[in-house]
Amino acid sequence: MVEVQTYPTVGEAASAMDDQARFLGGGTLIMNRVNYGDRRFSRIVRTTDASLSEIRVEGERLEVGAGVTMAAILASRDLDFLSPAARAVGGPAIRNMASVGGNLMAPHPYGDLAVALLALDAIVRMVSGEELSLEDFLARRNGVVRSLLIRRPRSDEFRFKKVSRVKPKGVSVMSMAARLTRSTGRLSGVRVAYGAMAPTPVRVRAVENALEGVSLDHAGIAAALSAATEGLDPPDDPIASGWYRREVAPVHLRRLLLGEDAR
Amino acid sequence: MKSPVTFRLNGSATAVFADSGANLLDVLRRGCGDLSPKYGCGQGTCGACTVLIDGEPHVSCLVLAETVAGRSVETTGGLSNGPDLHPLQRAFIEGFAAQCGYCTPGMLMSAKALLDRNPNPARSDVEEAISGNLCRCTGYEPIIDAILEAAKQRGAA
Repeated sequence: MVEVQTYPTVGEAASAMDDQARFLGGGTLIMNRVNYGDRRFSRIVRTTDASLSEIRVEGERLEVGAGVTMAAILASRDLDFLSPAARAVGGPAIRNMASVGGNLMAPHPYGDLAVALLALDAIVRMVSGEELSLEDFLARRNGVVRSLLIRRPRSDEFRFKKVSRVKPKGVSVMSMAARLTRSTGRLSGVRVAYGAMAPTPVRVRAVENALEGVSLDHAGIAAALSAATEGLDPPDDPIASGWYRREVAPVHLRRLLLGEDAR
Repeated sequence: MKSPVTFRLNGSATAVFADSGANLLDVLRRGCGDLSPKYGCGQGTCGACTVLIDGEPHVSCLVLAETVAGRSVETTGGLSNGPDLHPLQRAFIEGFAAQCGYCTPGMLMSAKALLDRNPNPARSDVEEAISGNLCRCTGYEPIIDAILEAAKQRGAA
């Protein structure tokens, strides 16, 4: 039987964590494991700290608490740019539970919101006070997250797309996000991230590099499409084979970059 | 170890002892004797265990039971008013929206959450509202039709 420990503050909860403990956010990952008798942990640590569910806005800078749910993102006007990614997670019941912090820990092929956050260069603020890039956090995935720091993108520069076989709710064949920043009409400092194409959501530097200094049209993005899966070894799973993911990635990347609707 | 949990179940004050780490579905079924929410997958995929917590749909198999302390839980078991079925239940019966019936309690609660918030939904709203509920019998169309019919009946009442 799993022991449950509840703390009034997230700081106390974080102090109670060790190898035998799992931090309970919305429950969609941890209770799943409890129901299936996972013996790799014996304790659930949780907190009733309301500050984890806060969304703070300072101009273009946003701080989103790790306990903010997908439903809360959809209800927030300040986070409208994250709506397509939040809506891509589960059905309404899951979105009422699943949290931002949990999404960073979700195993393949889940974690669609984290893909969007990667392309937005989100900073992870740990309960310990440490701040690190989301990319660095995903490489180690431990510790208790307090919040994410996000800079609001301009309305026309951020794109997100989830590819799934079943709509409106289906598991990712892949998800993709791009922040298409420009300088004097050319792309510059672009971020591109994929989900379900590697063990964790990843930035795709080969694509980012190929988009540097080009125009956002068919000719400009040709090299990026050729490099769509460079350096990646997409996994096989019941949703799609790695081969299939590799084959279709350039098509979906083109649609994402050029804002084309799937036909 | 068991911990006491008090909450409102379908409007009635309820107190149960929950096993440590127990999910809400288990507590509702075994602790409270409310067998209306169903155990399907235990991983939040099928939606058969959907209940409303403070009016919002949740998959009860993934809710740690003690987190509902002080909150209001609604299940299909509380939908009817004595012998009078809820408009959604009547519409499901009249529209043959259930075959094996296993998904029905979850479908009804997802639909209730929708109609409570949006009494006049479009078909696409209904599709979105039940997108977390799997049905392997009906092909969904009779369920969507029944929810739209219930909305119409409630509007006319």
